[in-house]
Order: sequence, then C-alpha cells, then structure tokens
Amino acid sequence: MIHLKDSNLKIDQKITYLVGDGSVSNKAIAPYSDIVCEFLADISISLKKKNDISNYPDLIAFSFWCRKANLSILKKKFYQTSHIRMGRGIIFHVSPSNVPVNFAFSLCFGLLAGNSNIVRVSSKYMSQVEIICEVINALLNQPRYLALKDHISIVQYEYSDRVTSLLSSLCDARIIWGGDKTIQDIRQFPIAPRCIDIAFSDRYSISVLDSHTIEKITPQEISKLAADFYNDAYTMDQNACSSPHIVFWHGNPSLKGKERFWNAVYEVAAIKYELTEIKAVDKYSKLLDESIRDSNIIKVVNMENLLIYVEIKELNKNLHQYRGINGLFYSFELKEINDLADIVNNKYQTLTYYGVDKKILENFIIENNVSGIDRIVPVGRALDMDIIWDGYDIISYLSRIVDIK
Amino acid sequence: MKYDKGFIDELKNVPVFSLTMREKREIYVRLMNELVSHHYSKCAEYKRVLDILEYDFSVKHDLANIPFIPARLFKLHRLSSIVDSDIVKTIVSSGTSGQSRSTIVLDRKNSLNQIRVLARIISSITGKKRIPMLVIDSPAVLKDRDMFSARGAGILGFSMLATKVEYALNTDMELDINKVKKFSEKYQNEPILVFGFTYMIWEYFHKALSESTKSINLENAIMIHGGGWKKLIDQSVDNSTFKSEIKKISGIRSIYNYYGMVEQSGSIFIECDRGYLHTSIYSDVIMRRNDFTICDNNETGIIQVISLLPTSYPGHSILTEDSGVIIGEDDCSCGKNGKYFLVTGRIKSAEVRGCSDTFKR
Repeated sequence: MIHLKDSNLKIDQKITYLVGDGSVSNKAIAPYSDIVCEFLADISISLKKKNDISNYPDLIAFSFWCRKANLSILKKKFYQTSHIRMGRGIIFHVSPSNVPVNFAFSLCFGLLAGNSNIVRVSSKYMSQVEIICEVINALLNQPRYLALKDHISIVQYEYSDRVTSLLSSLCDARIIWGGDKTIQDIRQFPIAPRCIDIAFSDRYSISVLDSHTIEKITPQEISKLAADFYNDAYTMDQNACSSPHIVFWHGNPSLKGKERFWNAVYEVAAIKYELTEIKAVDKYSKLLDESIRDSNIIKVVNMENLLIYVEIKELNKNLHQYRGINGLFYSFELKEINDLADIVNNKYQTLTYYGVDKKILENFIIENNVSGIDRIVPVGRALDMDIIWDGYDIISYLSRIVDIK
Repeated sequence: MKYDKGFIDELKNVPVFSLTMREKREIYVRLMNELVSHHYSKCAEYKRVLDILEYDFSVKHDLANIPFIPARLFKLHRLSSIVDSDIVKTIVSSGTSGQSRSTIVLDRKNSLNQIRVLARIISSITGKKRIPMLVIDSPAVLKDRDMFSARGAGILGFSMLATKVEYALNTDMELDINKVKKFSEKYQNEPILVFGFTYMIWEYFHKALSESTKSINLENAIMIHGGGWKKLIDQSVDNSTFKSEIKKISGIRSIYNYYGMVEQSGSIFIECDRGYLHTSIYSDVIMRRNDFTICDNNETGIIQVISLLPTSYPGHSILTEDSGVIIGEDDCSCGKNGKYFLVTGRIKSAEVRGCSDTFKR
C-alpha cells in the first residue's frame, strides 16, 4: 500500500482527490474479476438513471459500453486464451482535457486488466467528469466494493513536475493520452525498469467510400450514412485522432454519388452542427492558408461554411498533414485501393469505409506491408472506444502472463 | 495605373463623412474591382486565393461580393503587392510573445496615403489647423525604426498631424505628471490632442492619476484613443465608464474612440458625438453571419472592414476576428453620413475538442 498523503512524499497539498483518499493499493487482481465487472456494470446502471444523461451522448456511449452484457462478452473472449494473467499493479493514467469521458474508459481498462489506478484528470471543469466521479463515489461507499476503494484514485493537480515525477516513479504501467506533445512532456519523467508506457500519439484517419454504391442506395441508407459520417467527423470538430480528414473514393467513379454524399452530410450538419463565428473563421483561414501553401489543392466546394470539401490533384506522402477542422474535408478519387500503400505511414490510425468489401481492405493491409492503419471500421464507428485501440490490445498490455507448465 | 494617383485625388475635395449610400456605392464598385485586379496581378498569394475561390473577373462585383481575406492570413504569410526594393516601412502588429504577428509592407505612396487620410479624418474632430499633441505612451515605442510596431506606427501617424509632440510616460512607463502639467499650462489657451491606446491610457494614465495626490487640468483637450477593449472588458470597463473616469481625473470632456487595425492604418473608424463608430468616404464595413451572409442592421456579426487605401499589400477587404453590429447608414443623428456601428468584442475562441492537447492544463 502506498499513501500519497505520506508527508515524506511532500506532494499531497497539490492534489485534489475526486475519488479516493490517497491510499493506493499495489495489489494486482486477475483480469475481469467478478468484483470489477459488477462494479462497472453498476456504474452503467447508475449513469442510466441520471436525469440529465440524455444531454450527454458521450456518457450514454460510455454507459452502454460498460453494461453487464458487453463485459461478459469481453470476458469470455479474453479467457479463450489459455494463459493465466494478473494485473501489473498500479497504473498511472494521464487523460486529455478535451475528451471528457476518455478518463473513464482508461480507468475501466486499468480495472478490467486487474490493476490499481491513479487517474489524472484535467483541472478544467467538465460536467461529465463530475457525474462519473459522483457515481463511482456512491458505489465505492457500498460495503461490497470496499476491496476496490484503494484501487481507484481520480485526481486533479495543477501542472507539477514533482507530482508527475512521483506518480511516474511508483507505477507499473503509465497510460499517456493527449498526443505527441503530452507524450514528450510526460516521458521526461523516468519510470521503474519493469514499468511499461502506453502512449497514444497524434494520429490521422481517413475514409474510403464507394461513390458508385452511394449513387444507388436508398434515401434511408444515404441519410443513415450521412448521419454516421457526421458523428465521426463533426462531434469532435475533426480533432479526434480517429475522425476522418480525407475521403478516398473507391470503385467506379460516380460524380453523382459523390455529390449525393456531400449534400447529405451537409444536410445533417445544417441541422446539428453548431457553427460558431470563430469556427467559421478558423475554417476559412485554414482553407486559404493551405491553398497558398499547397498547389495540390485544385478545387474547393463551400456549402455555406458548414461543409467545405477540397479536391486534391495527386497522392503524396505528406497527405497526413492535411488536417480538416470543423467540417473541412479533402477528397480524392483512387484508381485502385493499392495506390494508398505508398502514402500510408504509421501516422494513419482509423480507416472508415462504406460500400467497400471488408476483405479488400484486409488484403490491402496484408499484401502491401503497410506500416499504418490500426483500425478498419464502418463509417459511424470511428469514435467507438474499445479495449482494442490504436493497435494495442489494452487489457493484455496492462496485465502480465503467468506462465504455468 | 490610374487609381494609384487617382483614388485619393478623386475624393480629396469630398468631405470625409459626406457620401450617401448611393454615391458611395458607385465609387466603391469601380474602385474596389480595380483594387482586386491590381492585387491579383501583383500578389501571387492573393491570386492563388482568388483562383481557389473561383473569383469571376468577367463581371463587376458589388461591394458585398468583393472577396475578403481573413486577418489571420497576414500572420501566416507576408502578402505584398510591391517589389521589395519599394518597401519603405514594415509594420508589425503588436502581440504578446509566442503569438504570431501580422506583417504589413508599405511603399512610399501607400504610406503617404495613410497619413493623408488619417489627417482628414482627425481634422474632422480637431479642426484643419495642426495642434500640439500629448502622447500617452513612452518614446521607447519608436526605438526600432525599421520594424515598426503597430503602436509605434499609430503614434508616428498621429504625430504627423501635430505641431508639437510630448510623451507623457517615461521609458519605465511611468506617468510624468509634472511634464503633463507643464504641457497643459503652456498650451492652456488652445486645443490640444491627447492620443494613446485605450489600454495604455487606462493602465498608465488613469491609474497613475487616480493614485496621485497631484491633479491635472486638460479641460481644453480632445482625447482620441483606439487599439481595442479586450483588456478593459476583462476589468469591466466599457466606453462610458472610460469616458466618465477620464473626465473625472483629467477634465477631458471630448473623448473619441476609434476602431482600426494595422492592416488598414489610416482609414480608421472614428466615434461620433452619439457614441457610434463611423465609416468615412475611405472605408466601409459589413457584418457577416457565420455562413458569411450579410447581417441585417442591428444584427451582430463578424466584422469585415473595407478600405480604399491598401495598394502595396492586399488589405483592402479583410475579415476581422471582431464582432460588431451596424446600427444604420446615412441617418445617424450626429449628422455624418456613412454606416454607423458598434464593436461588440472579439469572436470567441473555440473550446478545442479532440484527443490531442497539452498536458499543462
């Protein structure tokens, strides 16, 4: 047991405990333990009962993910392998300040893998963080979850080298969300020899759509596709690492299909997207700035600032630098899927697809020895967080194998 | 190029707040289309922007359809419509360290036109005769003569209109009350101009005087100030508070705010007796919604500023990051023609969403 309030550590005055009291167990438990699964399922139930939950699509998604039925499926899959596993010990999570529910997923991953957790959340107020911590605290006060009490600390502290350094030195695994800059900041602080880092760096994501298929689908199907694409892209203003920036058109090119797609997405954005003045100016500035810098941009279609798409002339190795924002997309017609092999590097994370056979995409990855793309999911699921993320099997990473022969 | 000599000449005998909507429209459609063509042929970046926006040169565009460049583009690119050997001045916007700054290049003609137009606008308040000026700033701002800060450029521009210039602050930004007293006593029988940046006046003139036991009397002075309200709004100081406070500590009753930016120096928008900012014959203003359609009067939007002056850089039509509201046109009770409007603040910076962010928050 470690006590963060131990005066010898000289850090406590800087830490605010949203959950926990500074006692951190270093006792690992087996992955998917009954107590953890029940606890998370109870979080799911408690969240669902919250009155204002409907205002938070991210909380709904989180609560849906940690429901009992899903955890049972994950547990079953996990135990199909023959190895015995245990948690690593203490996990130090550094969560991002601008995806409110991210810290909760990270915590769940740590718990499911059988660990004790110290989660640093941003000092910035976020109502989702408050709601989840309230739910967790209420559950931890129940006698049956007493054993988990010292396995969950959710803390806030103003940026402090001393605290980060201490937490880094005492953990057995460190999870760093927040991209390249954060990783660079946190990696300055050494970890113990046996400790591992999981770092989620800046990534880039794309879509592959079949325009010929899109031309033919029913009005219901196109509406669904557009709403799904909207969710992937606009929910986080295209700042999420798995939100698409370029749409690659695959298959028999159909101008009608392409235009039908953009119009449909525009219609969703017109209803749902809150385009503020600053977002419009940011987008317009970025468009003109990039046009000046880059002759690869050949045509711009601006749909009332809500959706702007930019046709690019040719594929090149710098395409991952084309970052859209607030509904600014790049568009390119592929001759064949294998053309992507030359440009995909390890910056590429998620490929969302529609109207393209999954098998073709799978073959594309294997046959071309591509170094990037860790996720291939249908349009609409780009933001679905899960235990496999960014190329990691997170539960396996956060646990150790006990090899018994 | 006929507008090079022509456009200022064309307006030189026209009173600066005289043109009606219809008269102005006739002149602006002609001159703005010419300015667009001029910059298109001289500035490669501007040409690229218009090409990508598919600007149509086969028709004459109404003012509403003249393309606008986001002010931010001047921070990201050095936009010039002249050859480097013609540059006589480079103005760099003030900005705290770490922020990128706008760079504006001026040739002799553009630079002179700025001063001419500024003089015409200011003299509508101070009269045709040049008068002594008290600058509420430190002479240290003018140190670097090759790279003017926007503050320095503003002071220098106004200095051209004065018979005598005195700086109220020393190099440590402290108010020299004795110097100010001497200055006001020396010119007690004639009008003087007190010029400075809104925030500087508040921070170094108002605060120093309200904390001092000494008092000054600048009853016969006219104060002209600009540069933005951001820092004052943070302290809950608005225009009317500013006026009454300044009057209380210095006796100055005639106080005029102006709205202007380094990208359109010279053709500033100055406040009238009714408290509204006015376009002159050299400038115009349009408020735009977030889809860039044009706002109705009394509807707040993003401010687009238009000026006939910029010839050495494509700053004739700029989308600012300020928001404002047009109250009316040609019917302000102050008697001036032109649009009259209010600046309501900066457009709010967006809350960044997404996975990538810095840990230090």
